[in-house]
Amino acid sequence: MIRFVDVHKSYRVDGKDIPALQPFSLDIADGEVFGIIGLSGAGKSTLIRLINLLERPSGGHIFVGDTEMTALAEPALRAQRRQIGMIFQHFNLLASQTVADNVAFPLRLAGERDAHALRARVDELLARVGLTAHADKYPSQLSGGQKQRVGIARALANRPSILLCDEATSALDPQTTASVLELLAEINRELKLTIVLITHEMDVVRRVCDRVAVLDAGAIVERGAVADVFLHPQHPTTKRFVNEALPEEAASELAPFVRVPGRILRLSFRGDTTLTPALGRVARETGVEFNILAGRIDRIKDLPYGQLTLAMQGERVDAALAALREAGIEIEELRR
Amino acid sequence: MNPLQKLFPNIDDWSEIGRACIDTLLMLGGSLALTVLIGLPLGVLLYLTGKGQLRPMPKLYAIASLLVNILRSVPFIILMIVLMPVTYALVGTKLGIRGAIPPLVIGAAPFFARLVETALREVQQGVIEASQAMGASLWQIVRHVLLPEARGGLFAGITVTAIALVGYTAMGGAIGSGGLGDLAYRYGYLSYKSDYMLVTVVLLIVLVQLLQMIGDHIVTRYKQR
Repeated sequence: MIRFVDVHKSYRVDGKDIPALQPFSLDIADGEVFGIIGLSGAGKSTLIRLINLLERPSGGHIFVGDTEMTALAEPALRAQRRQIGMIFQHFNLLASQTVADNVAFPLRLAGERDAHALRARVDELLARVGLTAHADKYPSQLSGGQKQRVGIARALANRPSILLCDEATSALDPQTTASVLELLAEINRELKLTIVLITHEMDVVRRVCDRVAVLDAGAIVERGAVADVFLHPQHPTTKRFVNEALPEEAASELAPFVRVPGRILRLSFRGDTTLTPALGRVARETGVEFNILAGRIDRIKDLPYGQLTLAMQGERVDAALAALREAGIEIEELRR
Repeated sequence: MNPLQKLFPNIDDWSEIGRACIDTLLMLGGSLALTVLIGLPLGVLLYLTGKGQLRPMPKLYAIASLLVNILRSVPFIILMIVLMPVTYALVGTKLGIRGAIPPLVIGAAPFFARLVETALREVQQGVIEASQAMGASLWQIVRHVLLPEARGGLFAGITVTAIALVGYTAMGGAIGSGGLGDLAYRYGYLSYKSDYMLVTVVLLIVLVQLLQMIGDHIVTRYKQR
């Protein structure tokens, strides 16, 4: 578990304190994938670096497990950092070392000298990220996605309990992004690793995160389960991120539907309700008519969800809504 | 009369030129080794204590930087003369190869240290941050990250320094340190034997050219990565 207690951070520039992160508290549970989303300059890079103390907070306490990171002296901090893997937007591999030596690097730093044990562990890690054939290449000979896989193998070398991802897919193309995210999800499942990732792409959050915090100008403005934040964004910044991830969503703003008769509703289905034919059944039973204006069915991590914007007409609309709610469908009324 | 004598009428003892070559190479080798040995740690110190670096120490940096600049701004010929008592105290003579090495090293080490500092600054900040995140100590970062990552630039610096040292050793001739520069100065310049001048200068050009080629070769090997 990672805990921030009343943490804040400001930078001293020309004798003035420039706040980077407003005071906040935050718990990240063991084994979850926690996303922090924000625009550049929102403070997310600073926030993730507080966990392994690459950045020191100006105040407050940071705990990783039972250890208060902020209370550690230098040698203890270094030992603790070995238990926290980190990957970076620009990979940050050693250009002068082969792929195998890059992966072996944290093991050597930790004092492993036995060449046989090193080789065995490196082979195991490269097999996990699918780079066995590239062990003796240099980073400059690899593609961006392969470099990030080396970064992931390196981060996992000392069997950390936490993996920090600093914009890990921001320099990659969409397909490579998808495969790296898949790898991260797989690692999270199989190694029970806690993953904290920062990103400016809602799609990254939707694909792999369990919970998310939205950072805006140094403050956490919204947080919660990804499905809640994604389906019912509250803060304007969150709405902007969500709309970016769902281009169709822009169409559900009311303006285009001025001439559409009836009440306009937004229905959100989650999990199993996505798979049941509730809407048709309720329409039949109550005799209401509906017209689908916009919609989307997708997954949030492993959870199927659907969101439909529709116009509904008929005498028994209220009864229909009650029946739909009964079936576990969330309803927002956009226009009565 | 053999053709060599016809071309170079004043040179009757080629073995003297051979010996001068060896002397120059010995001075170069000895002073380059010591220059790297002293300049490398000094360069690392300059890098680490610089503003915004891993161990910023403004005062120490200012002092080291000033010292380096002073030694770099004194013309080598003056430095050699000024350092004579120091040279004598260090190696027991002011003359010959041994007498030449202390001023050569003291002249070249600060120069090399600056080149080291510059080369280290070229190392990506992100790579250093990644090693910190992996729990590397300062020494581990210097030894396993900074120096290996900068080795292309470091070898380029060694090449430039070696060539500067060839020039310095030639100047050493003026105060009796031996070597090719000494021959060029005594026979070629003071005694008007221009064939001596020609041969020694050509040999120095060949030496510099060789150093540059070897240096470039090593640098390209590492830069490719």
